[in-house]
Amino acid sequence: MRLDILNNGYGIGPRVLFKIIRLFSGHPVPDAAKLTFYRSDFYGNTMKTFTQLAMRGPSAWSIADRELMAAYVSKINESPFCIYTHSATAARAYHDPDKVEAVLAGLDSAPVDEPLKQTLHLVAKLTREGRVDDDDVRAVLSAGASPEQVEDALDVCFAFNTTARLANTFGFELLSPEGFEAGAKYLLKRGYR
Amino acid sequence: MAVHQNKKVVHEDLVKRLVSGDGMTSSEDRVRAFNNADLPAPLELLTEVATGAGHVTDGDIHRAKMAGFTEDQIFELVVCAAVGAATRQYESGLTALAHTRSNRQGG
Repeated sequence: MRLDILNNGYGIGPRVLFKIIRLFSGHPVPDAAKLTFYRSDFYGNTMKTFTQLAMRGPSAWSIADRELMAAYVSKINESPFCIYTHSATAARAYHDPDKVEAVLAGLDSAPVDEPLKQTLHLVAKLTREGRVDDDDVRAVLSAGASPEQVEDALDVCFAFNTTARLANTFGFELLSPEGFEAGAKYLLKRGYR
Repeated sequence: MAVHQNKKVVHEDLVKRLVSGDGMTSSEDRVRAFNNADLPAPLELLTEVATGAGHVTDGDIHRAKMAGFTEDQIFELVVCAAVGAATRQYESGLTALAHTRSNRQGG
């Protein structure tokens, strides 16, 4: 990462944890996870709580759907680290890598239900343009999503509009394909806590 | 409903912590970073964070350091800029949703 403190500035507790994770998984701890341990009272602890609620809390969206939203928002943000992380996690959660690939290649022709498709269009517009209006939300509701689902999608969008900015600014290092797969497995088993 | 409210409370806690809790930068600077407003020239990096973080370079970080900012200060201000930009987007979405909900209830 571009700041040395984010590579080497951790206390003894996180350093031991990183070593244990590396030992058992065979892969380095992803920078997205490391960042949340740096002065965790400043940002990491509260952001992890928010992200866990958004991604793993009760919702009419499946975990796979929310991971797909995270991947799609990351695509708009041009954040390779976040795209790989969440497309691998969504693919594993859906048991359908082709579906995820199709969405990232071209949403309009992708094989997803209309409520999810229109929700992805909404979060993409919000990410790209910084704002949406009432008509944009109405289009998603007309497609069959509930207001609660729109709200849940906005939560996911906030989490990954933040994380993608940090990934690109601090320069999160890309993992090997096996590393991203291991990360996806971990996120599905343990979540974002 | 409780879960939805809970997420909003956690988001508020996050923002409050970032802009008014203890830090190695002044609260005023963190508010400026959060709002992407009135930033001094060596911190133009923060505008990149807010508007197009994909274009941040090693040189942007280097310039902030050369201007006298420590890595911890850069860390704090970048986090504030990222959360601030994402919060403005979030609030735009929530406001549009609230309008739509109240219009539905109003018939």
